[in-house]
Amino acid sequence: MAAAPAASVMDAATPDTFPRLLLQHARLRGDAPAMREKDLGIWQGWTWAQVADEVAAMASGLAELGFRRGDRLAIVGDNRPRLYWAMCAAQILGGVPVPLYQDAVAQEMVFVLHDAEIRIAIVEDQEQVDKLLEVRGQCPALQHILYDDPRGLRHYTQSFLHGLDEVLAMGRIHNENQPDFIAGEIARGSPDDVSIMLYTSGTTGKPKGVCQTHRAFIAAARGGMQVDHLAADGNILSYLPMAWVGDHLFSYAQAMVAGFTVNCPESGETVLIDMREIGPSYYFAPPRVFENLLTQVMIRMEDAGRIKRSMFHFFMAVARRCGAEILDGKPVAATDRLLYWLGNLLVFGPLRNVLGMSRIRVAYTAGAAIGPDLFKFYRSIGVNLKQFYGQTETCAAVCLQPDSQIKFDSVGPPMPEVDVKIAQSGEILVRGPMLLKEYYKRPDATAESIDAEGYFHTGDAGFFDADGHLKIIDRAKDVGKLAGGAMFAPNYLENKLKFFPHIKEAVCFGHDRDMVCAFINIDMGAVGNWAERRGIPYAGYTDLAGKPEVYGLIQECIEEVNAALAADAMVADTQIHRFLVLHKELDPDDDELTRTRKVRRGFVAEKYAVLVDALYSGKPSQFIETLVRFEDGRTGKVGADLAIRDLKVFPAVRDAA
Amino acid sequence: MRQIGDVILDLRNISLAFGGVKALTDISFDVREHEIRAIIGPNGAGKSSMLNVINGVYRPQHGEIIFRGEHRHGMNTHMAAASGIARTFQNIALFKGMSVLDNLMAGRNLKMKCNFIQHALWWGPARREELAHRARVEEVIDFLEIEHIRKTPVGRLPYGLQKRVELARALAAEPEILLLDEPMAGMNVEEKQDMCRFILDVNDQLGTTIVLIEHDMGVVMDISDRVVVLDYGRKIGDGVPDDVKNNPEVIAAYLGTQH
Repeated sequence: MAAAPAASVMDAATPDTFPRLLLQHARLRGDAPAMREKDLGIWQGWTWAQVADEVAAMASGLAELGFRRGDRLAIVGDNRPRLYWAMCAAQILGGVPVPLYQDAVAQEMVFVLHDAEIRIAIVEDQEQVDKLLEVRGQCPALQHILYDDPRGLRHYTQSFLHGLDEVLAMGRIHNENQPDFIAGEIARGSPDDVSIMLYTSGTTGKPKGVCQTHRAFIAAARGGMQVDHLAADGNILSYLPMAWVGDHLFSYAQAMVAGFTVNCPESGETVLIDMREIGPSYYFAPPRVFENLLTQVMIRMEDAGRIKRSMFHFFMAVARRCGAEILDGKPVAATDRLLYWLGNLLVFGPLRNVLGMSRIRVAYTAGAAIGPDLFKFYRSIGVNLKQFYGQTETCAAVCLQPDSQIKFDSVGPPMPEVDVKIAQSGEILVRGPMLLKEYYKRPDATAESIDAEGYFHTGDAGFFDADGHLKIIDRAKDVGKLAGGAMFAPNYLENKLKFFPHIKEAVCFGHDRDMVCAFINIDMGAVGNWAERRGIPYAGYTDLAGKPEVYGLIQECIEEVNAALAADAMVADTQIHRFLVLHKELDPDDDELTRTRKVRRGFVAEKYAVLVDALYSGKPSQFIETLVRFEDGRTGKVGADLAIRDLKVFPAVRDAA
Repeated sequence: MRQIGDVILDLRNISLAFGGVKALTDISFDVREHEIRAIIGPNGAGKSSMLNVINGVYRPQHGEIIFRGEHRHGMNTHMAAASGIARTFQNIALFKGMSVLDNLMAGRNLKMKCNFIQHALWWGPARREELAHRARVEEVIDFLEIEHIRKTPVGRLPYGLQKRVELARALAAEPEILLLDEPMAGMNVEEKQDMCRFILDVNDQLGTTIVLIEHDMGVVMDISDRVVVLDYGRKIGDGVPDDVKNNPEVIAAYLGTQH
């Protein structure tokens, strides 16, 4: 009832802030499911009316703790309903939620806690509480820590620790005494208030807090909805880090605008099972997730019986031939259509079911380039997989592939209301309502990235193809030159390498050098299975990575890439001449990858300088010992004698047919 | 806060022999409510035999067992289980072909009241009963963080997880005393840390009294309240970890001779 006055105020126009959107859903379709979470083996649900009630209680509870307009609220944890509600609760009070990556170690959190001057933090469980307690000394501003799951916290007696249950109870009392409080706070909000601060992953330098307004995120959400007709009857499984812009767009902004149901998995390890149970209609995953799924399917198919295996391969060949065309509504021969129908019955349908993709209307991927085979695989079995392009600074909404105009190597035309142009240097510039307001406390960085005309400099290099679809080549600053003058786009090469299931990560070197060399990380699952089937014994990652047979396998993969590169005059000179297989996996805990798993090229080159030198000095092998950091913060050493191999290089083919 | 209570299980002058082999000779010790009691000793010292005496697998020739003030001379396994003593085994004893969930439901078998026919029909009281038990089992699953393997057949799980499932199965019976036979044998450091945390959590949050046999001295000294030391079937030490650590006889027999 507290909502009534505010509701009448906003009848005039469509809601323009997230709290107003929540109120509208609660009012117009209060009984529709807003959120689900699997708890103790059973899916528990909340309707929009219930969510509005919980959020109101949380907001008042926060206000009681001293949360004020303009304050920032840190949110740390896996995707839990109450953590999403905390975002809205902070927004009601005119505050700014700041989600942090939940798998970051304590020391990594210090920077953000400091930078955003966090006074109140809402965290998921004991693990996160412990991390914040560890760094509390370094963050004097931190006054209150609220936790969602009380398990294991009974003996924590600190007075600044509060269970969310207590805070909610406090908030409910507050709302009974002051029934107009929440409505009043919501009425004070403006669409141009900052609605969220997301920290950039920091491939370069310190992370920056990107301030986005309600208006920007709502515009971004509407743009995507228009292109893909997202509706209120949909379901989405929210399992990607809440601190990532993609999750915020999909699980928060679009869910609030479109009003579909957000489902939180039981735990990070049950995502696949939960996905099968929910059968989401919208699905969103970075390419590596699709890749892992495909790798698992392939491994299981290799282990399957002969009949199943040959059936799978036969119908997959049919799907490769005509599956994507059928999905795009293009003309296909009647026999192929019939075969595909049969395949759908026998293979694709059951496979989609196993993957939890039976009810998918649209699946998205973004964040990195996706391999053509991988992309085509999903489309050919009838999953409408699309790519889009965007970054934290643009609410992840710049370009999106519309239905039936799907190309694996482009990211589609600009979204509605978005203006994209290519600078002289090849850099992609973007303008539109979804642009960031500013970098938090960094006017220098804001001025640097948004020019006088209001274009945001993405730092990516790309161009438009003949159909007006944007093609991304690489990070603009990563594109270098070989000593011979040829263009060298390391990401482009690495992506080509990573399309092989056996290669998990690759790092290419070549800027200012006379040839290109590469570090390879094998994929433990795929290569392990490959080795087992060949009866090659191995003791662990380091041992497996050093096997001559594995080197042979990787060599074949890279030479295949070289052959493909030779066919394209633009990149023929960047064929890979020498490579080695790293003895340890590149890991964000060792600072080699960002939390979003992008390679920190400069850092890797520095850390493994000995290996880079060995690659270019023609040595046949090189010893290296590396410090590794375990999850609990301890460190250990991994050492190995790494072999280095030369690769076959192909003569460039001009005007390839 | 957990508070150690009165003696719940008292073992007096227990002697057990298999033919001419004396497995246990005149052993007495007690277990207090809510404590973690460790039994340590070299191989063949009689540790597992001791556990088997407690839960009635073996009947000692001499001595008596007093459980909650009741004298039990001839304890058998069924009585032990019914009176709230659950255990795990040194070599895992689960139904390998059944899912984790089914194994845990089996752990609640003793608490089910309906008969076979009712369960087969799964109607009325039997159905309500199963739902109630399933809810309890789900709490255990949540407690030990094994949601992701709920429906996986136990035989397909790695060893460390099977050990955790076994602990879960024992916990599903809601025991008062939990007997753990080398819960950490064959685990790597990380798995051991997890297991320690789970044992401490069980003890702390559920108040379960725990008797455990363990070889890892670090673990024993860290988590137990009191330790009994056996050697060749005799008791050579008993007390808090620090006392046991400094007991010369224990050092000689087990921890290594001092130089």
